Amino acid sequence: MKARVTVTLKNGVLDPQGKAIEGALKSFGIEGIGSVRQGKVFDIEVETADRTRAEAMLKEACEKLLANLVVENYTIEVLG
Amino acid sequence: MRATVITFPGSNRDGDVARALKQAGASVAHAWHADADLPAGTDLVVLPGGFSYGDYMRTGAIAARAAIMDAVRAHAARGGYVLGICNGFQIACEAGLLPGVLMRNAGLKFVCRMQHLLVQRADTAFTRAYSPGQVIKVCIAHGEGNYVCDAATLQELEHSGRVAFRYCDSAGNVLNANPNGSLNAIAGIYSANLRVLGMMPHPENLIDGLVGGTDGRGLFESLVRAA
Repeated sequence: MKARVTVTLKNGVLDPQGKAIEGALKSFGIEGIGSVRQGKVFDIEVETADRTRAEAMLKEACEKLLANLVVENYTIEVLG
Repeated sequence: MRATVITFPGSNRDGDVARALKQAGASVAHAWHADADLPAGTDLVVLPGGFSYGDYMRTGAIAARAAIMDAVRAHAARGGYVLGICNGFQIACEAGLLPGVLMRNAGLKFVCRMQHLLVQRADTAFTRAYSPGQVIKVCIAHGEGNYVCDAATLQELEHSGRVAFRYCDSAGNVLNANPNGSLNAIAGIYSANLRVLGMMPHPENLIDGLVGGTDGRGLFESLVRAA
């Protein structure tokens, strides 16, 4: 099964890269850009057909390595 | 003082810190990230600077899960000394030895230059050769040195004297001397038992008058006196 883990900065954590991207987009004259926060996407192939097991495994992966819970949140989508 | 310097793939300041320790009178052993144990009798573990695992994922994140780090955590739990410099500070935070995290510099640029630091206290194993409030001149070289933690942790660090060094100017003023946006201009912090120190600046670069100064020596001399 395929899964996607998205890691984003928590609200309130300064994101200088997101700010720089936001500034660049605004400087291109693209209308309607409010703000930008940068995150990470991990596309993961899981070797199980059991959705619940996959989710538990990915939760462990997030908490052990993929996200630093001091400053980041994560979401898990099992795509099937 | 028996020190063990750990080398991770991408560490590059392991040789320099070993030299600084030897100059101060320590005996120095080396350990590899994949080792399961520290050499017997290790008093101090050093996590050196560099770019472990190419800074992939987050700085220090993968090194913090290396095999040797279980032994380092056990050493710290026994009250052993740990010094993390630059990437070593990032590794120590990711490994849970110190609170908080080092984020991208607020100015987005890699900063490599001389930097003054304010020594907050001189009664720890790392700083006895300095005096409290002393200004020392060392150097910094990092892209992710912006110290961040939650408000409760920051309050705890400040109230219990766990801020080791702050960035300052040559006169010791902290205002407007912050190179990376760190909370409260924090350049280094201690663990609750004051035996783990993580710092972004490089004292190991400043041990020889021929190459910029000797203000870094005090840290290694303090450690050698401590054990």
